[in-house]
Amino acid sequence: MYPKRSLTPSTLSVKDLPWQISWDQGKCTLCGRCTAVCPVQAIELGVFRKREVSTEINLMSLPENNIKIWYGIRQKTDPAYRCVGCAMCNLVCPNNAITPIRSDEIDKLRFHTNAGGQPRRRGGRRNNTESLLDQIKFIRISMLTDPALDAGRHEFEIRTMLGRILSPEENLLRIKENGWIPPVREIYPLIIGGMSFGALSPNMWEGLQMGVAYLNEELGMPVRISTGEGGCPPRLLKSRFIKYVILQIASGYFGWDEIIRAIPEMKEDPCAIEIKYGQGAKPGDGGLLMWYKVNELIAAIRGVPVGINLPSPPTHQTKYSIEEAVAKMIQSMSMAWGFRVPVCPKISATSTTLAVLNNLARNPYAAGLAIDGEDGGTGAAYNVSMDHMGHPIASNIRDAYLNLTRIGKQNEIPLFAGGGIGKTGNLAANAAALIMLGASGVQTGKYIMQAAAGCLGSESDRCNICNIGLCPKGITSQDPRIYRRLDPEAVAQRIVDVFLSFDTELKKIFAPLGRSTSLPIGMSDALGIDDKSAADRLHIKYVV
Amino acid sequence: MCRLFAITSNEPLSPMIAMESMEVMKEGHDGSGVGLMLRDLAGPFEDMKDAPILSGIFTKNGIKRFDTFMVDLGFMTKYKLSIKVSKTPPPETPKRDMYLIRAYEYPKEWEGLSKEDKAQKLLELRLQLRKMGEEKDDMIVYSFWPDVIMIKEIGDPMQVARFLDLGRKELWARVILAQGRQNTNYSINLYACHPFFIQGYASMTNGENTAFIPIRDFLESRGFPGYSGYQSDSEVFTHILHYTTTQLGLGIEYYKHVITPLKDEDINDHHDADFLKHLKHSCRPLIIDGPNCVIGSLPDNSVFMVQDRKKLRPGVIGGRPGLYAFSSEMCGLDAAIPDRDKSKDFQPMYLDTAIVGPDRKEVFVCTQKDPLPPLH
Repeated sequence: MYPKRSLTPSTLSVKDLPWQISWDQGKCTLCGRCTAVCPVQAIELGVFRKREVSTEINLMSLPENNIKIWYGIRQKTDPAYRCVGCAMCNLVCPNNAITPIRSDEIDKLRFHTNAGGQPRRRGGRRNNTESLLDQIKFIRISMLTDPALDAGRHEFEIRTMLGRILSPEENLLRIKENGWIPPVREIYPLIIGGMSFGALSPNMWEGLQMGVAYLNEELGMPVRISTGEGGCPPRLLKSRFIKYVILQIASGYFGWDEIIRAIPEMKEDPCAIEIKYGQGAKPGDGGLLMWYKVNELIAAIRGVPVGINLPSPPTHQTKYSIEEAVAKMIQSMSMAWGFRVPVCPKISATSTTLAVLNNLARNPYAAGLAIDGEDGGTGAAYNVSMDHMGHPIASNIRDAYLNLTRIGKQNEIPLFAGGGIGKTGNLAANAAALIMLGASGVQTGKYIMQAAAGCLGSESDRCNICNIGLCPKGITSQDPRIYRRLDPEAVAQRIVDVFLSFDTELKKIFAPLGRSTSLPIGMSDALGIDDKSAADRLHIKYVV
Repeated sequence: MCRLFAITSNEPLSPMIAMESMEVMKEGHDGSGVGLMLRDLAGPFEDMKDAPILSGIFTKNGIKRFDTFMVDLGFMTKYKLSIKVSKTPPPETPKRDMYLIRAYEYPKEWEGLSKEDKAQKLLELRLQLRKMGEEKDDMIVYSFWPDVIMIKEIGDPMQVARFLDLGRKELWARVILAQGRQNTNYSINLYACHPFFIQGYASMTNGENTAFIPIRDFLESRGFPGYSGYQSDSEVFTHILHYTTTQLGLGIEYYKHVITPLKDEDINDHHDADFLKHLKHSCRPLIIDGPNCVIGSLPDNSVFMVQDRKKLRPGVIGGRPGLYAFSSEMCGLDAAIPDRDKSKDFQPMYLDTAIVGPDRKEVFVCTQKDPLPPLH
């Protein structure tokens, strides 16, 4: 602390911060790269003064004071400039002289990140390392009477369906009577979840779209990507690649002016329309794009002024109730594309999911239901929403599937699970577990950001500044000086890597279970968990 | 792995022919049980093709309860086949009080009922009897259907056959399905024994059905009372057959498209691409994931064989016009029809459905790539 500094309630020391910079004077070359790259300017060049006392053994000589000046790195303690732990300093340091270290105790900063009465907002994830999905094991291994399949050599049909599927009786009747049969898309069961143009940088978006197009057109994998709420660049809307895209509409209707205007010029129908009613990271709250990121391009696509906060309302304001909203919006969206495009709501996982689901079951146009669990990530949300609101995905998807099974519609309304899939890196295992609990497919965003673009976020509150446009990797920034760091081609390449390796891992799970001809949706006899309560809750086997 | 054998013949045959085939295929089953379905019956049943026959096993108490129950409903016994057994059953075969095979006359109230209504009521009665039997553990009912007899018992097939004297003239039939069990459970539930039967449809399977749970869940949620009480993962094959045929009104050529649909690229090249795509979508939960060889029989006395999509359990068909046998092993077929033209033996592969119709003139093979017969 400087002598003149006042001691206010919010005066913090480096020790009080969640991330503390460890800097090695011996290794530092004073090149300045770390201070230049730091997205939040948490470190700066420091001029340090040091007194050295030298005393001779000889009693006749008097001790001397030597005052030395040296240069190094100083960590700021102002909460506005706190270190976020992204470790970009370490990434750019030629000598590995600097790195942030997580505090060994609960930080004091958290009590002070509400200056001006504004609670903490951030991007990222829940900062909770627990994963129930990781605890689930695949226990029904084919032995002897049913030899396991060969993941490398057998054919596998790893496909799922998005769209309202009729009961066999009804489907045959409609064929006979030449009636309307709802559109159904055969897609890959891993969907890139909604991350908007605006939340993501143009380079990130372009990389994702290129990767998806390559997977479809060169590798024959029908991978689909959701736009999130933020519209879609008109060039993509009018291209043939739009068929790989799920257009999302949410309560802010951002970007839908452009989309509606583009319909007459669309060469292909989009894969589907996703109506977002909620998301796992901030359930019951609307989307949020903070002003930092609303530049001219984003403003143009979204049809808003530049540089303003864009909070979507928590619900679709034009409608009276969610039931009505669902019915009317599904109808309107279906009508916009001549009933050729599946329209599917997405909700936050909630203890009231079944009410929504039962409602959809009675709506002949509802094409499915996406449920986003509490572990979902976001580009911007209130900390309290992320950390404390929401419902875990596993029991929610299981309840929904069992409910559909009770009413005999388990094949008619496909369920898509999101939120925390692959949060600890186990993407295929988590996806397979959810499929066997009853999901028709899964959606993931965070994993894609980490694996395809090197997102630095972790469950230890690392980085998490997606909301203010300073993403040091250029993934969620709208500043060209930052996002030029991200090479779209490299992102596309990584997307392909991710999907190919996911596909292999999925086969490595399905093959020993003897499943290959169809996706093992609801194959709950294959699942076990070493937690009795969880086993009972999920209606799977308890194994120890 | 279980052993399967079926035979269809213009001339009535003794069930022992199936048991002899089972005997030569013995290295593949462990003698833990045998199941038989006989239809297109000869002997005393020849002249009562419409009379429903109840097959089952009863205790003394069970038969009393059963008789009272049937009399109360107005069912009159038309013919009773008494199986008198020696006091000592073969090793592993439990001592039973009574093996019942009894043909009934319909109650007066059933007169005038449509065929469908009768079928439904017969099914409901069988389920009710099963439930009654399970409550007091005193009756097991396999089938209650015209022109069909079913016998299932624990023990070595040949020993059980001799014990029950299955070669007797009264049991001769033109269609015989038999399975020798390879037991995978220690306590054997007879309801888990093949062949399975529902409203004239029967099938038996070897191998394991890894997709059993989602299929079971789907069938149970159809709201059809017969799709219940599953004790075996193979029972769903019979019920999918019944569902495809009776509920969806599709012929046997469609069955394979339901349980193992073509891959998308093959569907796109198919004459009936649009239909098959819809069938694949709407019947997705009925897709099996073998390995399975399924031998089944239809109400018109056809017998057929299909395989799963990729693992392919062994299965062969051979014979001559008027007499064809389906067997899980070549030696079983050789034992039953040694003097056939073996060059005409057929082993269905992953796209084939091999059918011998009621006329027994030929083995008709349709592959999934063939155009489908028109829908009714």
